[in-house]
Amino acid sequence: MENLAWEKVKLARHPKRPTAIKLIKALFSDFIELHGDRLFADDKAIIGGLGTLNGVTYTIIAEEKGTDTEDKIKHNFGMPHPEGYRKALRLMKQAEKFSRPILCIIDTPGAYPGIGAEERGQASAIATNLKEMMGLKTPIIVIVLSEGGSGGALAIGVGDAVYMFENSIYAILSPEGYASIIYKDSQKADVAAALMKLTADDLLQFQVIDDIIKEDEGLHINPDFGFDQLKKLIVKTTKKLIHEKPDKLLKLRYEKYRRMGTYIEQGEQENESTT
Amino acid sequence: MNDFLTERKKKLEDFKRNVRKKATNYEPLDIPDGIFVKCDQCGAAIYEKALITNHHICPYCDFHFRIGAKSRLEMIVDEGSFIEIDKMMTSSNPLNMPDYEEKLAIGKKLSHMEEAFLSGTASIVKIPCAIGILDSQFMMGSMGSAVGEKVTRLIEHATKEKLPLIIFSASGGARMQEGILSLMQMSKTSAALHYFDMAKLLYISVMTNPTTGGVAASFASLGDINIAEHSSLIGFAGARVIKQTIRQDLPEGFQTDQFQLDHGMVDLVVHRKDLRKTLYKLLSLHQKEGSES
Repeated sequence: MENLAWEKVKLARHPKRPTAIKLIKALFSDFIELHGDRLFADDKAIIGGLGTLNGVTYTIIAEEKGTDTEDKIKHNFGMPHPEGYRKALRLMKQAEKFSRPILCIIDTPGAYPGIGAEERGQASAIATNLKEMMGLKTPIIVIVLSEGGSGGALAIGVGDAVYMFENSIYAILSPEGYASIIYKDSQKADVAAALMKLTADDLLQFQVIDDIIKEDEGLHINPDFGFDQLKKLIVKTTKKLIHEKPDKLLKLRYEKYRRMGTYIEQGEQENESTT
Repeated sequence: MNDFLTERKKKLEDFKRNVRKKATNYEPLDIPDGIFVKCDQCGAAIYEKALITNHHICPYCDFHFRIGAKSRLEMIVDEGSFIEIDKMMTSSNPLNMPDYEEKLAIGKKLSHMEEAFLSGTASIVKIPCAIGILDSQFMMGSMGSAVGEKVTRLIEHATKEKLPLIIFSASGGARMQEGILSLMQMSKTSAALHYFDMAKLLYISVMTNPTTGGVAASFASLGDINIAEHSSLIGFAGARVIKQTIRQDLPEGFQTDQFQLDHGMVDLVVHRKDLRKTLYKLLSLHQKEGSES
């Protein structure tokens, strides 16, 4: 049987698939990068900055995996430390101050699991972003570019509109990590991927995301097509969100996340709150 | 089991009497199973009843044994004050994961609860509060949709009723079997805390052994006051994953309660015996003048 989910995983990790920097440069010709969390360091796994699209200035936050080996090491393979999440939050609060919409681009295998990351409060940094993003009085648009892995993705992923590229994946954990928990064997990642429901179609069904961005032949072959689709979608979404009153925007954002999940209350029908 | 032992003793006695020609005055002792418990940390054998009266703490090395939500509740709140909410909420299997239903059934049996989170209202030395407790006996206290919903409802209830909120965490993190829906419970619960914040109410998070992963990276870290219970493992990533990633040994005391205190992640490390007293003190310090109950 064809394992469609695993095919998506391979496409999402295709070596020729563009990373966030390429996407940003394609959409924002005037992009200027802003650095640092003002507390400890500048985490290059998350890049932030400003750019204009269709006359609107955006604050852009993106997880960057890096391109060649040297670049990948520089960006820590897109695995942020707490200072990355704190930089993201600093820039997002700045966006709120200047009433700029925020564009978050997710592309990470997960938050970095290391000694320094734990010492500086990885859990606290992620949790703080989850709470604070719920209260930012400016529109937030979230894009899953290739790989959305666990809390490390969600920490910049709370938004009013969440979109996934056709060949991207978004999951609670990498298929390898999942396989090592369930089967005690990370080699069974393909089997795990088939069970995990991590494709854009799956997440649209669960209403965790709002739409899928078409890629045509795939971003690794023809990035321009997908980027153009994305550009149109961002412009359209911004037009809709930018005129929403802040309180209404926040109310809708809360309700969006409030609905997520399925559970049973005894004596009642299954609460399909995601449908 | 007992039959086997009795038979064996009898055979031994027969052997001694018949072969070694030596009479025994052996009085068989009747020790029921489970009367002694071995300490996970120091290995000492502890009389179980003594362990229970000692708050499930090893009298020799101070190791805090994991306890279920109901035992925890008894230690913390005023007797008879607890009113449970959302008691009958339970999980479905949205991803159709194999073996998930069996795991849920085992969790229910071990914890005597429908899900891994016990929630409701109670009082601590007569101060009313909303209280929630994760139970590590139920699928390692992991957070799926039902737990996330229960946590969120408790927070919303506390917000509406203007009650201080106390949540005891004991969890391995987000529940793998519900995939992305479990992950989204992190944002759902944290979102509810945003509105709780806006209402200027007190949230005390108590992290117990263990508090890791998606629970550590959501509501457990977001207390106005974060407390770590003595002898707890607290952190984001699992030690095994970190070891595999960095390929070096982890320092002594990594991700312990003291580690979190030293790195500024918790306000207090509190011994289990002192938790009720400490919570009462913090609650009473947050009571507004004239609103004494």
